[in-house]
Amino acid sequence: MYVRFIISLVLCVAFVPVHHGVARELSVQEIEERKEADKQRAIERAKRGKKRAAATADEVISMGMIVMEKDVPPALSNLDPILQDEGIHGARIAIEDNNTTGRLTKQLYQLTEAIVAIGDDITPHFVHLYEQGIRYFVIHAAKEHLLTLADLPQAQDTIIFNISAKDNVLRNEQCRHNVLHVIPSRAMHTDALMQFLIAKNWKESFLIKGADETDELFAESLKYSAKKFGASIGGEKQWTLTHDIRRTARAEIPLFTKEAREYALLLLADEKGEFGEYIVFNTWSPALLAGTQGLTAHSWHRTHEQWGAAQMQNRFRRIAGRFMNEIDYAAWVAVRSIGEAVTRKKNNFPLVKDYILSDQFGIGAYKGVKVSYRSWNGQLRQRILLNVPRALVSVSPQDGYLHPVSPMDTLGFDRQLSRCTMNSKEASQ
Amino acid sequence: MTNWRWRAVAAVLFLLSVDAMAGSRVYVTNEKDNTVSVLDGDSMEVLFTKDVGQRPRGIILSQDETHIYICASDDDRVEIRDAENLDIVRYLPSGPDPELFILHPDGRTLFIANEDDNLVTVVDVQSREVLDEIPVGVEPEGMGLHPSGDMLVNTSETTNMAHFIDTADLEIVENVLVDARPRVSIYNKEGTEVWVSSEVGGTVSVIDPTDYSITHVIRFEIKGVNDEAIQPVGVRLTDDGRYAFVALGPANRIAVIDQQSKEVLSYLLVGQRVWQIAFNKAQTRLFSTNGVSNDVSVIDVGSLKVLKSIRVGRFPWGVVVKG
Repeated sequence: MYVRFIISLVLCVAFVPVHHGVARELSVQEIEERKEADKQRAIERAKRGKKRAAATADEVISMGMIVMEKDVPPALSNLDPILQDEGIHGARIAIEDNNTTGRLTKQLYQLTEAIVAIGDDITPHFVHLYEQGIRYFVIHAAKEHLLTLADLPQAQDTIIFNISAKDNVLRNEQCRHNVLHVIPSRAMHTDALMQFLIAKNWKESFLIKGADETDELFAESLKYSAKKFGASIGGEKQWTLTHDIRRTARAEIPLFTKEAREYALLLLADEKGEFGEYIVFNTWSPALLAGTQGLTAHSWHRTHEQWGAAQMQNRFRRIAGRFMNEIDYAAWVAVRSIGEAVTRKKNNFPLVKDYILSDQFGIGAYKGVKVSYRSWNGQLRQRILLNVPRALVSVSPQDGYLHPVSPMDTLGFDRQLSRCTMNSKEASQ
Repeated sequence: MTNWRWRAVAAVLFLLSVDAMAGSRVYVTNEKDNTVSVLDGDSMEVLFTKDVGQRPRGIILSQDETHIYICASDDDRVEIRDAENLDIVRYLPSGPDPELFILHPDGRTLFIANEDDNLVTVVDVQSREVLDEIPVGVEPEGMGLHPSGDMLVNTSETTNMAHFIDTADLEIVENVLVDARPRVSIYNKEGTEVWVSSEVGGTVSVIDPTDYSITHVIRFEIKGVNDEAIQPVGVRLTDDGRYAFVALGPANRIAVIDQQSKEVLSYLLVGQRVWQIAFNKAQTRLFSTNGVSNDVSVIDVGSLKVLKSIRVGRFPWGVVVKG
């Protein structure tokens, strides 16, 4: 027992995350002060009347962003506001970044935003933007809508950035030559988690999954990752209760988890947050939680501050008045990807597309190493953050997961694992 | 025989170098401790540690070497401190989040990179006034000055450019696109080359400042180290034109490059996440800040050997040497 404690202590020390840029998160008051200071400095700058960097653009690069409104789920763990502006601020900040560069290269970037109401058809919005000459699209919509757009005849000479659909199947059987996935697949998330659990030597777990289709997809992905890295999910149980668990968790969850009492680690598949939050501390026996609640995997999170991220966090909060989430981050990466490619290849559609999928492409995106796209399925390769609500726990890929090209390709569907056959150049050859 | 002769030469060189270094002091900003460690460059011991402003990063010496300038990034100002005891002399306005800066040879014009605001702020050190703000690319960082002070080369991390700024009228003359996330820019002694490190791109670009063309792109390859871990940041060139040193971040090594042929000669293993580097005045020793292992490595430039690692505060970031 004592020895085990020492080992776990050593492991804890070994996995303390490495912080690079250590800027702190600004308080709400400091954010306000900074905004005020920005205003004052803008006034002083105007007084001096110099350096209005306003070069005339030789080239205009237009991008379209389509966001589908979301169904508001019933209030379950209603602590966090339901966001209807996900992605938009991320894209706007990236446009600003592109234009700061564009000022110097005489290129002007424009973003046209379209919001699709619930129940409305997304197609006319896309076609309308296409007819305005837009070829670069940032799409925040579920899988079915994304595929509808990708298969339109007009879409064949466009690039569509998927910033929210995590479906593994979009990176495999249902991949498309004109879709790039900035948001990680579920498999990247579950691989990131599983690598960490293996590194901790916590290989035995029990799975609790919700009744939604997305919960099933997440559960499948957890099983896939467990198999891939050699962990064992010893049993599983489906959450069937439908009433508001907030008043009854203390009575019901111990009984519900009694079956899993032999396991020190429970994996949760509850994407909507219907019950997962209430499992914590209500289990029959002491248990760690990971998956959609407990220890979670994200491509961006409010706790992320290393590699210059603190600066992006503060900048985003100044503009959006809330924390950046992974869809905002994906939108930022998507728009910056176009900016980077156009800076180097001019606004030449085939060149830009080839360049983005080539191994020369890469942008700094607050992850310590460059992010780039996998040529075989269009997925962005990037580091994945593992966190609890108020702290970063680790960053995957974990040390020791080696790869001939990039350790980041140990997350998600590597070239040999991908069943995508129509996207990449080499796959279609 | 030959061996004996070389040893004698080495001994003489060593004595010379000791002499040249008498009284050299090394100042290191510890980003996470809000302190500066002061080291004796000679004995390689820590003399004392001083509390400074929040999140100290860039650090330079005044022209007459009596003062130390420190970017206190989270205090949004520059601190001027006495080089002897590091007592505060006065503060300078800097604009938000100052990271790196450079002092003009005139001794009073300070150019500061404001990472948050895409600006280079120009401050008069004597009157403490902001003279101007120059809009540059996204996340400006590196600052290199031509030896004459006529031209400033600023890098912007997200725009991936080196901006050549005429210091007379403070206008951008040219923008040179380099590899991803350029960090440090520096002129050679003659002012005929500008070396720019690209952290994410993993390269160093050498620019000809007469026509702004990139004449060389230096790449690095280390057996057993993943390409992604090779992240060039700090660059220093010897005045005699012989060597260039490039700190390679999480590759935990400093590359030694032939300044003329641009060939990588060797890699020196130092501490973890080596970031900034600085010479003593005689350029006989090079000091590196190793952010993750919390130490400073001392390199003998003559023999290209790492002499010692000196423990300092948490996340050592910037380094400057007096004497």
